[in-house]
Amino acid sequence: MQADQGPLPVQPFKRYVEIGRVALVNYGKEYGRLVVIVDVIDQNRALVDAPDIVRGQMNFKRLSLTDIKIDIPRVPKKKTLIDAMEAADVKNKWEKSSWGRKLIVQKRRASLNDFDRFKVMLAKIKRGGAIRQELAKLKKENAA
Amino acid sequence: MGNFRFHQYQVVGRALPTETEEHPKIYRMKLWATNEVRAKSKFWYFLRKLKKVKKSNGQVLAINEIFERKPTKIKNYGVWLRYQSRTGYHNMYKEYRDTTLNGAVEQMYNEMASRHRVRQHCIQIIKTATIPSKLCKRESTKQFHDSKIKFPLVFKKVRPPFRKLKTTYKASRPNLFK
Repeated sequence: MQADQGPLPVQPFKRYVEIGRVALVNYGKEYGRLVVIVDVIDQNRALVDAPDIVRGQMNFKRLSLTDIKIDIPRVPKKKTLIDAMEAADVKNKWEKSSWGRKLIVQKRRASLNDFDRFKVMLAKIKRGGAIRQELAKLKKENAA
Repeated sequence: MGNFRFHQYQVVGRALPTETEEHPKIYRMKLWATNEVRAKSKFWYFLRKLKKVKKSNGQVLAINEIFERKPTKIKNYGVWLRYQSRTGYHNMYKEYRDTTLNGAVEQMYNEMASRHRVRQHCIQIIKTATIPSKLCKRESTKQFHDSKIKFPLVFKKVRPPFRKLKTTYKASRPNLFK
């Protein structure tokens, strides 16, 4: 699509819809799943695949593009896709990225039971106490 | 594969055998309808126009739904149709890119309704075919025939993931970039 425009000027877009782009599903039945864009059907839809779902079409409105891109041919076999995902280490990259980590924390927080929340409360109090001690120490040094 | 409004059926029928005509010719049609009952009705509608046979002196021998052979493969579909506009009948050829023929036909019905205000009952599908990429005629389908296709999503409205989280008012302006 952009082949006939010559060298592209600096674009404000960093994440492109392209074959091999990893995206997060943000709506619908597959909510929260990482999928790979395997082909583009038309302006609004992509053919999307993940190791444990049947390859299917998805509207771009349901996808949030991530920074991760893997190297695959146009519509790869499931095995090729899985190998490419292993090679690019998508799972680890995602879990280390700040976006991925935030989602993990959100999930953990949502799955706490009452005892866990009690423990979190105690931990927060302890942390607050330690911070205030440090602050008091620094204040005293400054005043002195 | 989703729920399709239009299903493709194969209907096979013939006139009833009479003393003069022991083995009447059997005719087969592939058509689109929302359900089987409608498919049979459409079959008689078309057959009446082509041969001297009506539902009252004919019989449907078989009706089967036709499913997509490879629903994970993207194909270019060409649809030839005849539709009735406010001023007369016209023929049209339209191209769609989709994974299934039912999906393409549904796109066609939606597009005809929106672009030409033609409703479902005024459209007759003459023919459908999968077109190899080289023979596609419309620029809007040809622009996706690029193995290194790459484009940014320019307008990114983030929806609440389920309707329960939908709010009429928002505290801050949503960020539509990315």
